[in-house]
Amino acid sequence: MSALPRRVIAALSIPPSVGLAVFYVWPLLTLLFRAIDGDAVQTTLGRRATWEVAWFTLWQAVVSTLMTLVVGLAPAYIVARFNFRGRQLLLGLITALFVLPTVVMGAAFLALLPDGMNQSIAAVIAAHVVFNLAVVVRTVGPLWEQLPSDMEGAAATLGASPWRVFTMITLPLIRPALVAASSIVFIFTFTSFGVVRVIGAAGTRTLEVEVWRQAIQLGDIRTAVVLSILQMVMLAAVVMCSSRAQRRYSQPLGLEPSARRMPQRGSERRQVALIGFTSFAVCGAPLFALAARSFSTPSGWSIAAWTQLGRTEVRPGIRLGIDPLDAVRNSVENALWATLFAVVIGALASLAIAAARNTGRFLDVGMMLPVGTSAVTIGFGMLITFDQAPYDWRAEWWLVPIGHALVAVPFVVRATVGVLRSVDPQLHAAAATLGASPTRAWRTVVVPFLWRPLTVGATLAAAISLGEFGATSFLSRSDSETVPIAIEQLLGRTGSLLQAQGYAMATVLAVVTIALVAAVDRSHQLRTLARSTVNGPN
Amino acid sequence: MTRRKPASAAVALMLVVGACSSDDASTSEPAAITLVTYDSFPDAETSMNEALQAFSSETGIAVEILVAGDTGTMLSKAALTVGNPEGDVMWGIDNTFLSRALNEGIFEPAAMPVGAELPPEFTQLSPDGLAVPVDFGDVCINYDLAWFADADIKPPTSLSDLIDPVYSDLLAVQNPATSSPGLAFLLATIDEFGDDGWQDYWTALRSNGVQVFNGWTESYYGSFTGAGGSGRPLVVSYGSSPTAEVIFAEPARKEALTAVIESTCFRQVEFAGILAGTEHPNEAAQLLEFLVGETFQAELALNLFVYPTNSAVELPQEFIDFAVVPESSRSVGPERIDANRSNWIDTWTSLVLG
Amino acid sequence: MAHLSVDNVDLSFETTTVLTGATLTVDQGEVVAVLGPSGSGKSTLLRVIAGITAPDAGTVTLSGDDLTHVPTHQRGVGMVFQDNQLFPHLTVGENVAFGLKMVGIPAVERRATASDWLARVGLAGFDSRQVSALSGGEAKRVALARTLAVEPRIVLLDEPLTGLDRELHDRLARDVSDLLADLAITAILVTHDPDEAATIAVRSLHMDDINE
Repeated sequence: MSALPRRVIAALSIPPSVGLAVFYVWPLLTLLFRAIDGDAVQTTLGRRATWEVAWFTLWQAVVSTLMTLVVGLAPAYIVARFNFRGRQLLLGLITALFVLPTVVMGAAFLALLPDGMNQSIAAVIAAHVVFNLAVVVRTVGPLWEQLPSDMEGAAATLGASPWRVFTMITLPLIRPALVAASSIVFIFTFTSFGVVRVIGAAGTRTLEVEVWRQAIQLGDIRTAVVLSILQMVMLAAVVMCSSRAQRRYSQPLGLEPSARRMPQRGSERRQVALIGFTSFAVCGAPLFALAARSFSTPSGWSIAAWTQLGRTEVRPGIRLGIDPLDAVRNSVENALWATLFAVVIGALASLAIAAARNTGRFLDVGMMLPVGTSAVTIGFGMLITFDQAPYDWRAEWWLVPIGHALVAVPFVVRATVGVLRSVDPQLHAAAATLGASPTRAWRTVVVPFLWRPLTVGATLAAAISLGEFGATSFLSRSDSETVPIAIEQLLGRTGSLLQAQGYAMATVLAVVTIALVAAVDRSHQLRTLARSTVNGPN
Repeated sequence: MTRRKPASAAVALMLVVGACSSDDASTSEPAAITLVTYDSFPDAETSMNEALQAFSSETGIAVEILVAGDTGTMLSKAALTVGNPEGDVMWGIDNTFLSRALNEGIFEPAAMPVGAELPPEFTQLSPDGLAVPVDFGDVCINYDLAWFADADIKPPTSLSDLIDPVYSDLLAVQNPATSSPGLAFLLATIDEFGDDGWQDYWTALRSNGVQVFNGWTESYYGSFTGAGGSGRPLVVSYGSSPTAEVIFAEPARKEALTAVIESTCFRQVEFAGILAGTEHPNEAAQLLEFLVGETFQAELALNLFVYPTNSAVELPQEFIDFAVVPESSRSVGPERIDANRSNWIDTWTSLVLG
Repeated sequence: MAHLSVDNVDLSFETTTVLTGATLTVDQGEVVAVLGPSGSGKSTLLRVIAGITAPDAGTVTLSGDDLTHVPTHQRGVGMVFQDNQLFPHLTVGENVAFGLKMVGIPAVERRATASDWLARVGLAGFDSRQVSALSGGEAKRVALARTLAVEPRIVLLDEPLTGLDRELHDRLARDVSDLLADLAITAILVTHDPDEAATIAVRSLHMDDINE
């Protein structure tokens, strides 16, 4: 591929780099410096409550991860090995759950479990498991698919019972995928915010929730900042261990993929049917409950919540303080702007990365950093950084969309860079022989390839923005709440029509998100995108 | 390679949307200012709102009401947005939260002194006049008379009674971190049981099944059986809440449906102030003055069910008939609150929620 | 009495009939070759005998035991697959010792036995090699050693020498033939190469003879 002239690459790289530096690096540094300033570290780390929260965050993440692995192995197995009626649907359902906004997932479980159980730690863990099943199924599945079934046959002829085949042959061979999946699920559950806030009882707090509680509810920024750094340190430690484990376990298998087959013997058919139906039930129940509860009002089953959506009266004249319909307008506006920002910055960055070859690595890694940083950290950092003239941007309409764009840009970049890099170098050569300068060659040959991945990226960015809760919890102001925030508020009003309205809004958000992602998944780009986002820039 | 160019259409759409969304109210007179308040403040349909509309027509200053959540959340948001506030005047910081508000510097002084004519017992709580006292009342345990009569249980008469197993799973309180009656009630227990005893008391309350809500509206309208809720017959509310129940009862009633445990009452004074960094200090000062003026203060009793600080206002008869003013209610000094509030809230959180 | 008896086995996959009334007997110690073009069902027949694939009808009897409902791991049927199916996460020695581990032979003993078998197939000292580092011929020998180390009642070889180059093919054919003869073990060899069948086996059958 012909290289673009240096100044063009520089020009392309500057906006993304500046954006990243100002809105990501600077807030992170602010967090760090505020944390180590003074005795905040000692005071906060000296409190027992801090370690109780940290410990809870850790053990619930470990339990959630283990359970997700265990629960996810069965559907991963049947999806990888067999062709059966409903396979695509099951895969779609599992993926649909994964892309749901966190508050919607929380709402679904709040709706599913009976009152009294639905605010327990068990409910939080259950929600985590179902939420993250897709990671196991779509990470372990493809690797499992590659294991020749004859290998299991060979083990059987050597006297291995089905259980021993699984533990001694299958498990070790899918272990790299298991390790990869578990580290992803751990990161998600360790930094869980929306699910815990919606489902968890008042005392159930992960580090992220505690950061929010200290900063937003109690106004104790110093403690919040130290907790934020503590969370990042703990997370980094785990990620380092897991990538070391991943390197150790990944070995070239040199296997040839085996075809999926229909289940044959009666026992196999029963097995597939049992796992299939159970998976459908487990995955479908929360969504069904979510929609169903929106029709359950204090005065019985009715569509009142839907028809009165937006009317948040508690008593004559006294309203909730959040206007749900206003929230919809805010969310849509935010999503439009966030998508625009993400696509423009993502496109520029992708072009620079693809054109710069080796030196593009810095920008590549840089643009992926927000994926490894929780949205809460991003939002909180922005909140405490941009609060003084001449950069007092707290009330600016573009702050929230930028926060959303930060979370979405990595996806745009990953979708686009891959496509750009795969452009046939012959096309460049052809353009050059026809007299085109490198820049002109790029413009004519490469840029047209941008539209498809950018459309994918834009759709993802919109879905991410609509459902974003973590950063928005810090950045949004009282008159510009978004739909996820409105949902969380409405759901807290147990036993009133307002809660049913919350379920209604959550259902709508679920449908919109799933529709957006489904539109994109068709193009198959999503699968490669997911894998490359998971593996990082290679 | 001819493809449709959706980008230009999308960009055009976004620019249009963006133009509509940027609220730039710096145009002509009259200015519009925002009154930031808590979630039990009516934003339409009551006589209080009509009084505000009258103010608007007279002065040409439009007043928009922004409900920011419960008191604690409202204060936290104000603290996070100091210098770039979400509104111009804030109503509803009470004496339990006041020191935090003043320490965070969320208020700025009015150009001319406001509220000088108010009784000193209230104004002395905010010495440099940054916050102006607008109303007062008591935070007390309310109970549902009918419920206790039906259950044939004698209602509790003191704080100590509440940990009696007879009353298990009957009490609803609010989170002191976020709710001003919640904090007031916590302070009442600290006042009663002292620095050494209040923690045991709350541990006992927890074992006795106390339910914690984030805000007053949720607990009162959502749970209190005496107000149409379906949860609990005992709730932390106001000394004047029984009055509200009588006045709003349908069909009309002549007797109280709910009552108050007087020995649990804690004196609460609410303040209003101009938010620091407001773009409309003059208009804000005018509104502030209106809020403590007779016209507005006269509407407080029957709408917010609090007592006006403006002593020139006459209370409506129904109010006098049904409201309970305890002989003495508890209080804790502002310096003590200031020094200990966050520790108390922290300890309470781990005792009751942790 | 025949050592192995396949009696009237039918098997169809979706719309294709692969085996109809397949019948075959093999005596103790006999090495039989089954010939036929690809797609004639030779490998499927082996899979039915091993229990990896279940027939629609018919029986498989080994030493008088009806194996039709016995799961693979309890049949005592060894099988060398066309692509070897060596376990990539285990060393060569661990591969060979795998079957011994399954029957509970202690570690020291099975390592010794595995080493012996590796020597027997001409791969002495290969114990700690990685499977991925083996050449085609070496991998084939390891597969053979692995299957034979557990001393199965019968050995099934699915096109064991297909795809190897001429010289390797001939050498291995002789080695396999000698090994099977030394062990006096019952074996069925599936191939499409009549010369290979003649070298290794004592008797050759065609799928047309086996199927009805």
